[in-house]
Amino acid sequence: MIRAENIFKNFSGQEVLKDVSCHFEAGKANLIIGRSGAGKTVLLKILIGLMTPSSGKVWYDDVELFSLDKRELRALRMKIGMLFQGSALFDSMTVEDNIRFPLDMFSAMTRAEKNDRVNYCLERVNLSGNNKKYPSELSGGMQKRVGIARAIVLSPKYLFCDEPNSGLDPKTSIVIDELIYSITTEHNIITIINTHDMNSVMEIGDNIFLLHEGALAWTGNKGEVLTSDNKILQSFIFASPFLQKLREKINEHHS
Amino acid sequence: MITKLFYHLGRYVLWLSQAFHKPERMGMYWKETLRQMNSIGIGSIIIIGVISVFIGAVTAVQFAYQMEGSIIPRYYVGYVVRDMTIIELAPTFSCMLLAGKVGSNLATELGGMRQKEHIDAMEIMGVNTASYLVQPKLLAALVVIPMLVCIGAFISIIGGYVAVVPTGWFSHGEYIQGLRSFFEPYNVRMMFVKAFVFAFILTTVSCYQGYFVKGGSIELGDASTRAVVYSNILILLSDYIIAMIMTS
Repeated sequence: MIRAENIFKNFSGQEVLKDVSCHFEAGKANLIIGRSGAGKTVLLKILIGLMTPSSGKVWYDDVELFSLDKRELRALRMKIGMLFQGSALFDSMTVEDNIRFPLDMFSAMTRAEKNDRVNYCLERVNLSGNNKKYPSELSGGMQKRVGIARAIVLSPKYLFCDEPNSGLDPKTSIVIDELIYSITTEHNIITIINTHDMNSVMEIGDNIFLLHEGALAWTGNKGEVLTSDNKILQSFIFASPFLQKLREKINEHHS
Repeated sequence: MITKLFYHLGRYVLWLSQAFHKPERMGMYWKETLRQMNSIGIGSIIIIGVISVFIGAVTAVQFAYQMEGSIIPRYYVGYVVRDMTIIELAPTFSCMLLAGKVGSNLATELGGMRQKEHIDAMEIMGVNTASYLVQPKLLAALVVIPMLVCIGAFISIIGGYVAVVPTGWFSHGEYIQGLRSFFEPYNVRMMFVKAFVFAFILTTVSCYQGYFVKGGSIELGDASTRAVVYSNILILLSDYIIAMIMTS
């Protein structure tokens, strides 16, 4: 389990996170949602240790993240996979080399074993046969899938996804969501997804954490989203006029 | 200003201490070192050759101009060109040029990686990025730049010959006699010391500027400029210090 305890973060006197406490469970898709500028990315970076909080603690099971020295932190990070918003694939490497990079760096596998593992990961994200392509030759959705393949190549215990659906069409977004969800449940890993995509919220939101102006405004799951009377949640979910009308129609229908 | 200077100095030292950690996987570092050697060495040899020819030629022509009507023996031209290039011009000019070519390239490469989140991606994988991204570049520069400086010194001496012998200012015998007179092997050692120190400065300063880039393309351009300017200033400062120490 990953647990954040009373996280505060200030940038030049401006409070970006205010007393955020939450815990993320294994085998479930844990979604951090909120408007742009709500502090989602800062929270995610603090959870991974790319940023230190002004105060507060982050626990990985019994280990406090910010009490680790650099060597221990690197050892912990080998158990973490991350899908970046822009995929962060190395442009000068082929798809295969991108996925193999963590294996080359940390595993004691033979070349044949590494190739097998790379091919398995590519197959897992439905990209078999694209081994020799460069990231620039792939579509946005394919790049995300390569990013997922690279994130899972070392069989991580924790998977972080920063805006996995940004810049993707709704159908491709569903494919990415389903992929992340199936990997999460299959391997019982702790997956934390930073998103403001409502499809993801309604499809895979096992645990949802709504951030509003740096504070935790609501927690729940996809089943509770539509029935909750939390005003901040409702104004976030039904932000567009179309959805507001739809909600009115549903309410009329029910009444 | 002073606070900022000490802040960067402290961060540079801490970052270097991280960069000198033991490699996670020697094979990966070696592969990257060879790639950098090719990029820095083979990629710079022509430009080093071109400027070296002119360094030698200008030194010879200007010395010839200054010794006109003086009682200085004519064969001194070869001696002056040789020692000027070995002691000062080859290491300093070559490394200042490399600070422009290689330094800006390193800063832009690392800065681009920072902006595209490649460095963050490696950090999350557990890679010691300061070490993986700097050690191979530094090792490659420490091996290849002294070689380039040595080649540059040799070409400069040929450049001096080409400028004054075929044009009839001096005879072949005078130039060669000068080259063979008063040779001090210690000067070659001084050239290599300078080349090593300058290579270290231009690589680490440029990588530092790129590694900590924040912002967008304007900041990346600024980092690249700072890499070149600071490297050149530090090269000249260390040139003075080495000269003071090694000739006192």
